[in-house]
Amino acid sequence: MVPEAEFRSYYGRPVLKGPVWKTPDVPVYLFVGGLAGSSAVVAELAAWTRRPALERASRVAAAGGALVGVTALVHDLGRPERFLNMLRVFKLTSPLSVGSWILAPFSGLAVAAALSALTGTLPRLGRAAGVGAAALGPAMATYTAVLFADTAVPAWHEAYPELPYVFAASAAAAGGAVGLIAVPLRESGPVRRLAVGGGAAELVMERVMERRLGFVGEPYREGRGGRLLGAARLLTAAGVFGGLVTGRSRAGSAATGAALLAGSLLTRFGVFEAGRASARDPKYTVVPQRARLTPH
Amino acid sequence: MSPSRNALSGPLPDVAADAGYAAPPERVGFFTDTSVCIGCKACEVACKEWNLVPEDGLQLTGMSYDNSVALGADTWRHVAFIEQSSPVDGDLRWLMSSDVCKHCTHAACLDVCPTGSLIRTEFGTVVVQEDICNGCGYCVPACPYGVIDQRPGDGRVFKCTLCYDRLGAGMEPACAKACPTESIQFGPLEELRERAAERVQVLHEGGVEQARLYGHDPDDGVGGDGAFFLLLDEPEVYGLPPDPVVTTRDLPDMWRRAAGAALALALGATVSFLGRRP
Repeated sequence: MVPEAEFRSYYGRPVLKGPVWKTPDVPVYLFVGGLAGSSAVVAELAAWTRRPALERASRVAAAGGALVGVTALVHDLGRPERFLNMLRVFKLTSPLSVGSWILAPFSGLAVAAALSALTGTLPRLGRAAGVGAAALGPAMATYTAVLFADTAVPAWHEAYPELPYVFAASAAAAGGAVGLIAVPLRESGPVRRLAVGGGAAELVMERVMERRLGFVGEPYREGRGGRLLGAARLLTAAGVFGGLVTGRSRAGSAATGAALLAGSLLTRFGVFEAGRASARDPKYTVVPQRARLTPH
Repeated sequence: MSPSRNALSGPLPDVAADAGYAAPPERVGFFTDTSVCIGCKACEVACKEWNLVPEDGLQLTGMSYDNSVALGADTWRHVAFIEQSSPVDGDLRWLMSSDVCKHCTHAACLDVCPTGSLIRTEFGTVVVQEDICNGCGYCVPACPYGVIDQRPGDGRVFKCTLCYDRLGAGMEPACAKACPTESIQFGPLEELRERAAERVQVLHEGGVEQARLYGHDPDDGVGGDGAFFLLLDEPEVYGLPPDPVVTTRDLPDMWRRAAGAALALALGATVSFLGRRP
């Protein structure tokens, strides 16, 4: 049941401090992190099934995504010159600490694997690095959901059961989309299935999340966050449809991939903005907490 | 050291020992009795002066006499002013309350800090080590009270230290020292809780039925606050969350969900590669 939005506050001021993370830095990081993580998995599967063009493209996407991600994260810091402090301790209670310890080795391994694949040097070491990156890839794509959920921001925290699945699906769609854009049709069968499956799962999981959240999920439907997620849904749905019908067209496949990438990117921007909106308005903090205290 | 049973939420009798201190001193804190606050803002001034907190705007807000608006990187004590028509006689009444960092038993800011900059002190308080903080900003949305914030132009986060430097020298925090009505009381937390319970009883007996404690209960969502309050209306009227919960209470569940999603991603990708080639 949606609680009534009648509540008291201090001059309508927010109870919480919203995220101070910068945009586009953090939403872009979430997107490229997901893309890089699933691309690392795709690259290894492509290597095992002997799809050289797909392997190369995915290794480059994994490395590129990791490098863009690290840059965005360091740029987001209030004191960028102290970025190494992220590796000063390891704390399971801090998703950002755990994430740093995923991102640092992932980036190193993904870049090593890509360099080896592109230059042909040290192929065995390169392949081993690729296996390592693939092992870390799924964590790379999903830990960012815990990063958001482990805050007091109502639309993020309350979404914690579904958010990792939304991000995993979004990452799968993006990783598949890279392959659809970059490789010829004879190698793109698996990534087409991954992209379509990921896109469809993203649409479903996001809907499930919004439905269950009810009142606290309002910022996912309204305002800037709602508009961004609406655009993301349209693009992702177009991508899923395109993936099903463009099996014989190189250009159509590339357009499908582009739509899915844009959808995945806008999903992250939409989730980010929805969180900001839910922290800004005290009703999302006060109403559910008051409802919790009122005996039914 | 094995993690305690209530490592992430619930009552924690000795918070400093849980953080690893061998023989810590008594846990100290604030009891802010808003029923005797006169809104003089001596606490705000004393805090700024002692801690060398920079000026952060001299605007007039129109929110009664409150022109410092909220706690933040450069406001570590904030006096709220609420003008109300009394439910009893219709007269105007002023609620005034000096807000401060709660120094939670389970502090979300400390839990999520990735650098170890935020620490639990031997006094059971929560302090930012400014030489470590890299300005990642994670603590800011993690705090269920909206206390800690990033200082513009500096990049690092700042909040009340409960005058860690003064505590070490056996002195009370500057705000409590400056408070002319003893609205801000400093002392061992156990003693403050007893004193607060007595004060509520006195007020109730005197007909002030709205008097209630806030943040005193070790069974609440943050395991009890190191700085708690006596309020004369609902917490949200003062800009406080009615039922704050430390976000990390749900963290084990979050990690399980993320692991499930990661597994689903790996499986989904693998399944996509099964089957014959065209």
